[in-house]
Amino acid sequence: MDVLALLADGFAVSLSPLNLFIVVLGVTLGIFIGAMPGLGSVNGVAIVLPLTFIVPPASAIILLSAIYYGAMYGGAISSILLGIPGASTAVATTFDGRPMAQQGKAGLALILAAIASFVGGTVSVVLFTLLAVPLADVALAFGPAEEFALVALAFTTFVGLGGDDALKTIVMICLGLVLSTVGLDLISGQPRLIFFDMPGFYSGISFLVLAIGIYGVGEVLWTLETSHTSPKVASARATMAEIFAGFRLLGKSWRAGSIGSLLGFFVGMLPAAGATPAALMAYGIARSTSKTPSSFGKGNPEGVIAPETANNAASTGSLLPMLTLGIPGSPTTALLLGGMVMWGLMPGPMLFIDQPEFVWGLISSLYTANVAAVVVNLALIPLFVWALRMPFAVLCAVVLVLCIVGGYAPNAKLHDVWLIVGFGVAGYLLRKADYPLAPLILALVLGPLMERSFRQTMIAEHGNVLAFFERPISGSFMALSILFFLLPIVAMLRKGRKPHLAPAE
Amino acid sequence: MLKAESLIAAALMGLGLYFMWHATVLPIGWVEGQGPGGGAFPFWLSAVMVFAATGVSIKSLTHTGRKTPFFVPAMLRPVIFVTVALIATVGAMHVLGAYVALTGFMVWYLRIFGHRTWRLTGILTTSTMLFLFFFFEVTLKILLPKGVTEPLFIPLYAIFF
Repeated sequence: MDVLALLADGFAVSLSPLNLFIVVLGVTLGIFIGAMPGLGSVNGVAIVLPLTFIVPPASAIILLSAIYYGAMYGGAISSILLGIPGASTAVATTFDGRPMAQQGKAGLALILAAIASFVGGTVSVVLFTLLAVPLADVALAFGPAEEFALVALAFTTFVGLGGDDALKTIVMICLGLVLSTVGLDLISGQPRLIFFDMPGFYSGISFLVLAIGIYGVGEVLWTLETSHTSPKVASARATMAEIFAGFRLLGKSWRAGSIGSLLGFFVGMLPAAGATPAALMAYGIARSTSKTPSSFGKGNPEGVIAPETANNAASTGSLLPMLTLGIPGSPTTALLLGGMVMWGLMPGPMLFIDQPEFVWGLISSLYTANVAAVVVNLALIPLFVWALRMPFAVLCAVVLVLCIVGGYAPNAKLHDVWLIVGFGVAGYLLRKADYPLAPLILALVLGPLMERSFRQTMIAEHGNVLAFFERPISGSFMALSILFFLLPIVAMLRKGRKPHLAPAE
Repeated sequence: MLKAESLIAAALMGLGLYFMWHATVLPIGWVEGQGPGGGAFPFWLSAVMVFAATGVSIKSLTHTGRKTPFFVPAMLRPVIFVTVALIATVGAMHVLGAYVALTGFMVWYLRIFGHRTWRLTGILTTSTMLFLFFFFEVTLKILLPKGVTEPLFIPLYAIFF
């Protein structure tokens, strides 16, 4: 009952004219960004973040969350119309969405994707509302040892379950953590890692600079290299008859929708997982549990419904640990967390006590964002079809200019702009060599918390490292961390023991 | 592919060693009464980074790796052009200011690099610059660098501030 009262207060914030306008603007921008091949929610949030100083913090985070949400809807548009996923989160939607478009059912596929996204989003927001307070209450018992152990768990999840090369993931985590120590020592206040004695490094390296460099400039460079032909855009329109047909189809496919919504939410909560693996897993399970698995990949509507419910549910799921524990579940939520810190808000359990209006305003805005996104998505299908025909070169020029000015604006330092260009090129090269970039961003954001909690625990426990294992919560987190850290080694040993088979003919 | 991967791993090893050297400016061990020294966290993490990058390097030398080339020259050309243009633009911002440098970049990108019409180039460049001025300078009161063009903006400041 308390939760309902708090949610009602939240709606008073999110339904104010300014925030309602911001939600509609955010989801429209997000759908557009998500629909453009090469740009995803993380790029959109990174580029728009410096522009949010114009509105109060609550409205700013509502705008960014709406972009995040909208991008999940938008990713399906290019997956279906171009056969190219607008974002990695919509890869699985291509498998059946594109065949549907080739069969002349592009409109129906887009409608299904939009309604499925709405269902996944709504189910996950309800779960979010129910779980947020209990999780925040648990987190209130956390001291520095638990905080350190939780951050360690977040990083080792990337190593053990991230699916990337474990050594490369460790390199990226360490690089991000070291970059987070640039500037002044947290405890003594003495300068450290001031490269080439440049004064710009005294204030540290902002996560925003790294994010804009990697997800703005780096992404454009990557796209310049990988997209060299203009793909054919399938035509689509959404009639009322098709919208009703979409609802009927979704009703029949409730199983795929349920799998996507529930799986997406819980997978989204894991730091190393997020919306892309959630969508792929939901697609895989929907196919393997279907009565007609052979129809998947040939235009089966369930192949659109399962991943689309999952990626939206995962985006909400990843917000839960960010808001309640201060641990982001995805690169985009890492940017949201960084943004909140920039606006003077510290995500974590105390936020629920100190800033209830902000927290519940944000949670309620997820409900309104869902409604706004499905309406905007269905209403503006012709506009998005037109936008996809826009040459990417035009968009790239504007994105690069926004990256430069957006990187300069927060601190008014050209030093930051140079770093953005440097990080952009480095990010492009690292991505080419298959180094995962999400752990790098997360490490830069979580680095100060990790170092502070480690040093506080060490001081309090007089250097006793076992203190992390002696407390029940931190001990459990540390045991899980060690398990995840050892997973790649176990996998490597098992691989080594397997007898070598002759290659198949 | 292998050569490029090894080079990147070697660069990361070098970077880690550089970080380790830098971190030693502050104590990297236990300081009585203060706990771990200010240099400890970056030093030991850099050491792990060097260790892991060494592992990547060894792996890239011993494994057969992917057969696709790391760079395809024809595909790399636009990346190099845009990178050089970005560096030139940021360099020019120090001297000529943001508006001249960014206008030059957009005109180059759209007209010369992107082969768009003069009309589209003009409309997009002008509207972007107007957006930057009114959004950042007038609304957010964040002044973008002007360089030698500063005097040209004084009449505008008089109107809008």
